[in-house]
Amino acid sequence: MEKFITHVGTAVPLRRSNVDTDQIIPAVYLKRVTRSGFEDGLFAAWRNDPEFILNKEPYKHGTILVAGADFGTGSSREHAVWALQNYGFKVIISPRFADIFRGNSAKGGLLTIILPQDQVEALWRAIEADPSLPVRVSLEERTVSYGSKTLPFEMDEYTRWRLMEGLDDIGLTLKQTDSIDAFEQARTAVKPATLPIR
Amino acid sequence: MGKTLAEKIWQEHVVRSVAGEPDLIYIDLHLIHEVTSAQAFDGLRLSGRKVRRPELTLATEDHNTPTQNIDLPIADPVSKLQVDTLRNNCAEFGVRIHSLGDIDQGIVHVVGPQLGLTQPGMTIVCGDSHTSTHGAFGALAFGIGTSEVEHVLATQTLPLVRPKTMAINVEGELQPGVTAKDVILAIIAQIGTGGGQGYVLEYRGSAIKALSMEARMTVCNMSIEAGARAGLISPDEKTFEYIKGKPHAPADWDAAVAYWNTLYTDADAKFDVEITLDANALAPFVTWGTNPGQGAPLNGEVPNPALIDDPEERGAAERALVYMDLTAGTPLKNIAIDTVFLGSCTNGRIEDLRSAAAILDGQKIASSLRMLVVPGSARVRLQAEAEGLDKIFMAAGAEWRNAGCSMCLGMNPDQLAPGERSASTSNRNFEGRQGKGGRTHLVSPLVAAATAIRGTLSSPADL
Ligand code: SF4
Repeated sequence: MEKFITHVGTAVPLRRSNVDTDQIIPAVYLKRVTRSGFEDGLFAAWRNDPEFILNKEPYKHGTILVAGADFGTGSSREHAVWALQNYGFKVIISPRFADIFRGNSAKGGLLTIILPQDQVEALWRAIEADPSLPVRVSLEERTVSYGSKTLPFEMDEYTRWRLMEGLDDIGLTLKQTDSIDAFEQARTAVKPATLPIR
Repeated sequence: MGKTLAEKIWQEHVVRSVAGEPDLIYIDLHLIHEVTSAQAFDGLRLSGRKVRRPELTLATEDHNTPTQNIDLPIADPVSKLQVDTLRNNCAEFGVRIHSLGDIDQGIVHVVGPQLGLTQPGMTIVCGDSHTSTHGAFGALAFGIGTSEVEHVLATQTLPLVRPKTMAINVEGELQPGVTAKDVILAIIAQIGTGGGQGYVLEYRGSAIKALSMEARMTVCNMSIEAGARAGLISPDEKTFEYIKGKPHAPADWDAAVAYWNTLYTDADAKFDVEITLDANALAPFVTWGTNPGQGAPLNGEVPNPALIDDPEERGAAERALVYMDLTAGTPLKNIAIDTVFLGSCTNGRIEDLRSAAAILDGQKIASSLRMLVVPGSARVRLQAEAEGLDKIFMAAGAEWRNAGCSMCLGMNPDQLAPGERSASTSNRNFEGRQGKGGRTHLVSPLVAAATAIRGTLSSPADL
């Protein structure tokens, strides 16, 4: 996983709320067995429309997506995170995220930032007025800045540390193998196992 | 102070707890399927890791398997690739799998309970957001993403942040024709698609107690549509009765029941949030929009977005009406339907099929529509056939299919055509969910059956 410290890029105003994972990547694109190549399915239905924001310069090269509330609702598909990342997005900003999507993003190294609705709207106006306006995201300082504005955001210490170190969860947990062994020893016997019944 | 059921289960599964970090939680049962597991196994292989506890893992094929001609090779090359990949991964890592054609194949959330693997007090995860279904047994069950699938495969644990708890009290008695599906749609319409976010929902109250186990599964199933990862119902005699005699029911039954009887929310426990619904006031409910929170009683009308105060919700309602091609003020019962879909992990169990068949018995479906009946599992199909339900559906003009997710998400050939409108017993009415350009109205099995007969959204009372 790549380390995330700061990132400067083009921000894309996606003026929609409730962007669910079926919109981010429709189910027909999920029939793959690898982790790459999902960028072609990103917002597939909307991208047929030449007026869609990602079909316009310079937004099509965007790396920061600024969306309405409840981004990533719906199906738990992590392909949504991969599709955004495969396309080139590093950061998603929204007033509210669906839990599973946010968890998936943190695991994959995609930064999700919650900003209040009015700050999102001000950011939308700024990047619509000047599409090439650079937006800077610092995980170190926990700020989003553009023009003369610097907006603080919250991020729990643990997730921040993991993202900044680029650490993978499984490796971290496997360091706790002794605790897991001990837990299993003490585990109640009434729980079922999936071994075939004969 | 006492504890809620969710807190009790959580506490029993903490492997490690350190301030400032998520708790490491032990997972009792890990269900997998072909769509969200391939990359997880791929990750294990790349890092040289093994499945820690294959005997706590179970695989089934459901999401994109065909529901017709299942004895032939899967025609869609990508679906075939995913299914073959799952089979190879299970063989390589030693995981039990129920493949297409197997008697225990079916939708993962129907298969777990019918095997008796879903039991009270467990932690259950699956790379599918409707894992909340298993909460009906008093298990803490939730959907996870593919990286988490890999994490559970490798460690049988997950680092998780303790959720808050919300009590949803449904008190009173449901009127005839009002089902578990109507209850949960009404709850979601009340609290919104984000209302449950960060919470485990515990459904309580006399109306919930009165529900059968399968109806409780319908309620818990859609917890995710209110934004909650998990829904719970305290186990009781009905729960134990349902598990009894199932293939994986505990050998030491008395010990298990003694343990299960400790699984309830203490009288002096405090929920973070508590809401109450009057069961007597509930009516058959349908959705008119493109998220499950956009629903209304069937006797009502398509709402007027101009009357919605919240600007975000108003915008969403306006866009939904355009997508759904609906006009504000139209009586919901005037909406003509092209396809009726009876199935899914929400309403594809035997009781759902029985209740719809009872309405369709001796009737014909409207000539203007098609109806697909897709049992949730192969065992549900066989049970229905033993009871002659398949004959009733086919005599009415419906199609009788093999088990799978089918038109719930349209990954297999069962899809809506662009512009086509469905009444669907599934759980998601998102844009394009059932096929590109398709329009979905979520309904109960009773409304599905009555709609099939009349051709427009209807309840059995309209027949
Ligand atoms: S039936 Fe639908 S909701 Fe249920 S597991 Fe299958 S795709 Fe998911």
